[in-house]
Amino acid sequence: MIISVASGKGGTGKTLVTTNMAASIGEVELVDCDVEEPNSYLFFPDREEETSFDCNVTIPAIDEEKCTRCGKCSEFCAYNALAVFPKQVLLFKELCHGCGGCALVCPEGAISEATRPIGKIHRARSGDVRLLWGELNVGEPMATPLIRSVKAEAKGDLVLIDSPPGTACPVIEAVRGSDFCLLVTEPTPFGLYDLSIAVQVVRDMEIPCGVVVNRSGVGDLGVQRYCEKEEIPILLEIPMKRKIAELYSRGILFSQEMTEWQERFVDLFGKVEEAIK
Amino acid sequence: MKQLVVISGKGGTGKTTMAASLASLAKGGMVVADCDVDAPDLHLILKPEIKETHDFLGLKIAQIDPDNCTKCGECEKACRFDAISDFQVDPRSCEGCKVCTLVCPSEAVTMIETISGHAYVSETRFGTMVHANLFPGEEASGKLVTMVRELAFKVAEREKKDLVLIDGSPGIGCPVIASITGTDIALVMTEPSISGAHDLERILGVTKHFGVKTLVCVNKYDLNVEMTGEIEDLCREMGVDVVGKLPFDPGVVEAMISGVTLVEVEGPVGDAIKSVWDRIRATL
Repeated sequence: MIISVASGKGGTGKTLVTTNMAASIGEVELVDCDVEEPNSYLFFPDREEETSFDCNVTIPAIDEEKCTRCGKCSEFCAYNALAVFPKQVLLFKELCHGCGGCALVCPEGAISEATRPIGKIHRARSGDVRLLWGELNVGEPMATPLIRSVKAEAKGDLVLIDSPPGTACPVIEAVRGSDFCLLVTEPTPFGLYDLSIAVQVVRDMEIPCGVVVNRSGVGDLGVQRYCEKEEIPILLEIPMKRKIAELYSRGILFSQEMTEWQERFVDLFGKVEEAIK
Repeated sequence: MKQLVVISGKGGTGKTTMAASLASLAKGGMVVADCDVDAPDLHLILKPEIKETHDFLGLKIAQIDPDNCTKCGECEKACRFDAISDFQVDPRSCEGCKVCTLVCPSEAVTMIETISGHAYVSETRFGTMVHANLFPGEEASGKLVTMVRELAFKVAEREKKDLVLIDGSPGIGCPVIASITGTDIALVMTEPSISGAHDLERILGVTKHFGVKTLVCVNKYDLNVEMTGEIEDLCREMGVDVVGKLPFDPGVVEAMISGVTLVEVEGPVGDAIKSVWDRIRATL
């Protein structure tokens, strides 16, 4: 079973929900797909690191001896990653999507394929929570190939995915294939607007969803009204409490200090399981 | 012409709230560009009246003509993005590389131009704003960011404004890189939490990598004064100035609900933002 935790707006509490839920239910693999800013592992300071390895993407390798600078590769490349000059071919490797098209169009057979790292994949364990996360190298623009590789490493029967914020391609890649998507929001106009876009995305992908309202008590009733109208269940409300914010800021799972919350996260998981059936 | 971008590694640290307040303080002296194209919120405060709408053409997407398709499966084999199955293209997975058109022996694949969003030039109470919406789930958000920035630049030239203010997106990837390249100052918003500090370190790595002058503002600094101190130490080590510390204030959410900026209402955060603006102007 794969449950993803997403949100349109950033900073609404995706990682708060994912980490506390994982620790409360146990026997779970927590997969952090927010590879631009992975944070979930920080909340498991007792973790034992298991492995970490490079995530490689494919790029062309050009044999300058065979190359006649005909320019067919650069003409074909949809991403402007190749520029052909009279004396050499330049590769802008960050722009390359690794489609392999340049090697196919080269009439001289001068292009073969090489790889280069764009980030790292880490695996660790904290008690019965297995942690898996990707970490994009600073300066790299493309998160999706790394997200794809991180997800391919997930082996557990029960997987919780911490998704990146937003509603564009990295989010699609992170939530694709989920049995259920929890959308975390806050009861403010920004939270509501971005939630409504996120709902369109998961509905378009035919993934059932429910809402978690974080910092409930501040703001207005817009999110509640929207969920009622759209018939989206609000599965949990986490109140705005200074103590929760302070524990979070120190990297402590609030459900471990405020233990009544462990049961609430187990309940939340139960509701999701029920909805999937 | 100068360009100022507001970014943050971590989401929800107050980029848009800051950008709206700066727009208000500039009193029409700048053009505002909302480059957080897949979760744009600035319009909720600036309430733009749309004057021009531009189509955003994203990636071209492959389409298979079933009448010409012989179901040989070559395209599916060649596609690196797993975008083809059962002789159909999943537009959400297709990255528009055209390799399928190369390998198809019966010319059944064509590339179709798609409208992936819109960009707008609008009037607001603080002057002209350029903004956009990317259709949910679309790719090429970096390309749309570039389009918004180009439009904003043109408008600023036309209106003889000497500053473009860019509201960026969270993270460190493609839309962020597209919104910071070539800017004069990046104002990085952060918050005093273990996540905020971790994400700040990564985004400072990105602005350094691209050679953009960077200033930092700590939001809700009093939620964890110790962590704020650690953030200030980190900034000192990295040679970056902390130009403001905003207190936690429930009035921030109230202002958002009323659709006004923090400098349009009385409060401690608005005052703190005014001194951030003075520091930015001095740096510009």
